[in-house]
Amino acid sequence: MMSTLLELNNVQTHINQFHILHDISFEVPKGEVTVLLGRNGAGKTTTLRSIMGLNPPTEGTVSYKGQVINKWKPHMIARNGIGYVPEDQGIFGDLTVGENIRVAMQKEDETTTEHLEWVLELFPDLKKFWKKPGGQLSGGQKQMLAIARAYVNDNELLLIDEPSKGLAPIIVEKVMESILYMKEKTTIVLVEQNFMMASKIGDSFHIIDDGKTVHNGMMSDLKQDKNLMKKYLGIA
Amino acid sequence: MDLFFSLTVNGLATGMLIFLLAAGLTLIFGLMDVLNFAHGGLFVWGAFSGVWVYDLTGSFWLGIVGAIITGLILGAIIEYLIIRPVYGNHVQQILITLGLMLVLSELIKVVFGPDQKAATAPEYLQGSFMVGDVILIKYRLFIILVGFIVFGVTSLILKRTRIGLIVRAGVMNKEMVQTLGVNIRLVFMLVFMVGAAMAALGGMLMAPYSGVIYAEMGLEFGILAFIVVVIGGMGSFSGSLLAAILVGLAQAYMAYYVPALSLAVNMLLMTVVLIFRPQGLFRVGVK
Ligand SMILES: Nc1ncnc2c1ncn2[C@@H]1O[C@H](COP(=O)(O)OP(=O)(O)O)[C@@H](O)[C@H]1O
Ligand SMILES: [Mg+2]
Repeated sequence: MMSTLLELNNVQTHINQFHILHDISFEVPKGEVTVLLGRNGAGKTTTLRSIMGLNPPTEGTVSYKGQVINKWKPHMIARNGIGYVPEDQGIFGDLTVGENIRVAMQKEDETTTEHLEWVLELFPDLKKFWKKPGGQLSGGQKQMLAIARAYVNDNELLLIDEPSKGLAPIIVEKVMESILYMKEKTTIVLVEQNFMMASKIGDSFHIIDDGKTVHNGMMSDLKQDKNLMKKYLGIA
Repeated sequence: MDLFFSLTVNGLATGMLIFLLAAGLTLIFGLMDVLNFAHGGLFVWGAFSGVWVYDLTGSFWLGIVGAIITGLILGAIIEYLIIRPVYGNHVQQILITLGLMLVLSELIKVVFGPDQKAATAPEYLQGSFMVGDVILIKYRLFIILVGFIVFGVTSLILKRTRIGLIVRAGVMNKEMVQTLGVNIRLVFMLVFMVGAAMAALGGMLMAPYSGVIYAEMGLEFGILAFIVVVIGGMGSFSGSLLAAILVGLAQAYMAYYVPALSLAVNMLLMTVVLIFRPQGLFRVGVK
């Protein structure tokens, strides 16, 4: 039986006076890739930001490994093992690749070193451009750096927001491949509009529409359900 | 030639005093996104508390230590009580720090009395050297030296230490730093305290330079420091040194060669920079 790593229960989030999330509820089974789907502006990014504590929920609960974390500050959530790859990648442009990664390294213990070696093997470009400013990397390299940075800590869950966004198809393939490798090591919540990518990586899916989780199921079933895809994702 | 040289030394010394104020201001703005109009108040408090200790003990060095400690303590209190509640709201920041500036200036009069105070450099820093036919005033060289030391040490900390790395990263993207597990609030307080201490040190060094200190001098220097921060590029530490020297020199030359323009020169400098490089001389990159 799979155990649940992360659980959102009736999460509602306001940003300033705007009520953005109305009812987000889903579970993330340990060891799987859970995909969040939905149109632009549906609330996928806000959902990830709510989990991270950047836009803390105003109602409902977020539990991680059985602990309720939705009142915690972002750094505490991060220290508890959740890594975040934002939609814009959040690369520190003036810092070198190495420095970008070092900011994330809370400890320099064995696990961290192991993780670091592993991601550098997965992304040899990062090793090659170790001393290059992050701002000078290509879009794909930035994405890899962001993913690597989110993983060097002892993280058990990665939240990855639209990693294929703005990348050339051939680079998307590479990023996808690397996320498949990450999947061996950690649990992932993936926001992805690129359906091909989502369906290759994802185990289960949740559709978010207008700030609510409206549908869920196994990724393999979704491919068959043309009506659902059309209604919520605009894919015919 | 020797006149030009001595104007240059003057300008550099003034520039360094402004730098000590602007350095904290630019880091506080860059990292915390806080417009601190009370920064000049820390300059005055450094001057008065430092001179008080100096008078009491007879030791200029203890005076400097006293000013720095005053800056650290005031910085911690102000960050915690005044700044923390208004993070993210520029209008409130401007109002509350302008108010704080007035309170800090008035409190100087309450604590140290309403009159201006005299201060002289210790004997070993008085007088001058002759190099050829150029006169170099010791105390001005001392200020320049201290300015470069503060710049060098702070640069090293920013470049070589973990806390420095976090500050540089935080200037570019605060949210990201937090989601990588850093308690940004602690870093904010530390940076505010260090910025306040630098301002206080600047005030203390200013005292024997101008000979007198008075409660309102914080406002004058505070404005200069803001101009420097804008010229140097908001958030850029190296930029603040370069811009401070520029402003110090421009002021020194203009005061002598074109006195009519000496008050306007800094505004002019800022306007020119803003027209041609709206981001300031140095830009801090985000992505
Ligand atoms: N800071 C904000 N202020 C106001 N509205 C916002 C803010 N951030 C997001 N929104 C709104 O919240 C909704 C959900 O946005 P988002 O979570 O980014 O959607 P998605 O990632 O699914 O495209 C959108 O309608 C967006 O306009
Ligand atoms: Mg989004």
